Amino acid sequence: MTRDTIRLGSGAGYSGDRIEPALELVERGEIDYLVFECLAERTIALAQQARRRDPDAGFDPLLGSRMRAVLGPALQRGVRIVTNMGAAHPVAAAQRTASIARELGLAPLRVAAVTGDDVLAHVLEGDYRFEESGTPLRELGDRILSANAYLGISPICAALRTGAQVVITGRAADPALFLAPLVHEFGWSMTDWERLGQGTVVGHLLECAGQVTGGYYADPGHKDVPDLARLGFPIGEVQADGSLVVTKVASSGGRVTAATCKEQLLYEIHNPARYFQPDLVADFSQVRIEELGADRVRVLGGRGAPPTGTLKVSVGYVDGWVGEGQISYAGTNALARAELAREIVRERLRLTGVSMSESRFDLVGVDALHGMNLARRGEAPYEVRLRVTGRASSMSEATRIGNEVETLYTNGPAGGGGVTKHAREVVAVQSVLIPAGATVAGVRLCEVAA
Amino acid sequence: MKLRDLAHSRAGDKGDTSNLSLIAYDASHYEHLRRHVTADAVRSHLGGLITGSVVRYELPTLAAFNFVITGALGGGVTRSLALDAHGKSFSSALLELEIADPG
Repeated sequence: MTRDTIRLGSGAGYSGDRIEPALELVERGEIDYLVFECLAERTIALAQQARRRDPDAGFDPLLGSRMRAVLGPALQRGVRIVTNMGAAHPVAAAQRTASIARELGLAPLRVAAVTGDDVLAHVLEGDYRFEESGTPLRELGDRILSANAYLGISPICAALRTGAQVVITGRAADPALFLAPLVHEFGWSMTDWERLGQGTVVGHLLECAGQVTGGYYADPGHKDVPDLARLGFPIGEVQADGSLVVTKVASSGGRVTAATCKEQLLYEIHNPARYFQPDLVADFSQVRIEELGADRVRVLGGRGAPPTGTLKVSVGYVDGWVGEGQISYAGTNALARAELAREIVRERLRLTGVSMSESRFDLVGVDALHGMNLARRGEAPYEVRLRVTGRASSMSEATRIGNEVETLYTNGPAGGGGVTKHAREVVAVQSVLIPAGATVAGVRLCEVAA
Repeated sequence: MKLRDLAHSRAGDKGDTSNLSLIAYDASHYEHLRRHVTADAVRSHLGGLITGSVVRYELPTLAAFNFVITGALGGGVTRSLALDAHGKSFSSALLELEIADPG
């Protein structure tokens, strides 16, 4: 039997997000599903590195904290959890979740891990070029760390059909984490493009959690949002026909308005009429947004068309080393001293033969974000921070960049303080498109017996 | 007046491409924005920040636009040397654009 309305809660907009709003959704949001979207473009490459160091690692570092917070209350209320916190190792994430449940005395519990997004072997054998740079993937050789395809809803729906209370994926299209429960509950056809399109609107609006309830919106005196320290995360009330009302727990912080929903609808979208997903090409161009009341906004009109037949794959690879150093100057003539410091470091890096393929010499507070044309230098700032960063061919070369900034303490202009420096290996990401049939998704179950 | 008095914006990033939404506070200003905030106007306003193209998509039902800007993010967030590697603050740069009063 299908339901009339499903309430989806969004418990995280990124890996490091706040945890209490997710618990608030479970306890007071009367939700049916709690979805945690935690996997940014590069996160999975870093997780793959972690897994190589420790075969039981490779999933989201906050998985344990999140599950400890919400698992008990969710099971008690029949709230199912869907998340991509599996990152590079969904099976280990499922096992960890099961062991936390045992520890907390929560049983019975079935946790499903969705596998099959790891397509590293496939892309290494193929003849792929990067979408961004056009260069052949093979040229990177052993610098390649990971290749993960954005899976669609089918394996998530299969996991839900097993009755699992918790479904953990690796890389999947973010909106698919929300679309799958809707298709599962309402029995929508996989060729009902209009409903799948509207369900993608639902997922897109909810996937960044607080970004649709007033987070990342406030501009004091201009666009005010109350109580951001207690920001409530969103609830999507979805009808069987796909129509959506975005809302949040009463008395939580933030606000849901037509404007907050419009900002999120267009977030990270290119052509709004052609938003590529594994299961369809979604069309947001005819979406209508209407305020029904305080913190209740109706969203209608998402549409869709058949998918392209290819899946996007994020390929993570080691891309050299970056070094950085910073130092601050204050008071009268601070800008002139920072500019002098900048010229000194520039010359030192040249004199000592630090080779950088790319570099930046920013004055933070002056021109670091948008350059001098937009900054239109006016009154001299009271404080200025020099930031020098460059791309180097080894860790030791990268380290020398910050060291040269540090030597300004005893060798540079007067009054420089607060030096910070660091160097790191860069893990970059580019994408390739593979035939959808090249992935073999599966579901692995992990049981906690009563 | 500044664009920020008529509209709001949020920046998003995918690889080396930035997108900037532009949403009218008052739907009656949509035509005024459509006339004045062209892809060329945005391109010349952002100037040296971008190396690629600017394409504008129109969403009249939302009184909104979406600007898609390639070559804006120093090779993408994962490798950019920029202080704001995501280009999240570009929305504030866009809203600094001087625009005629819609009257």
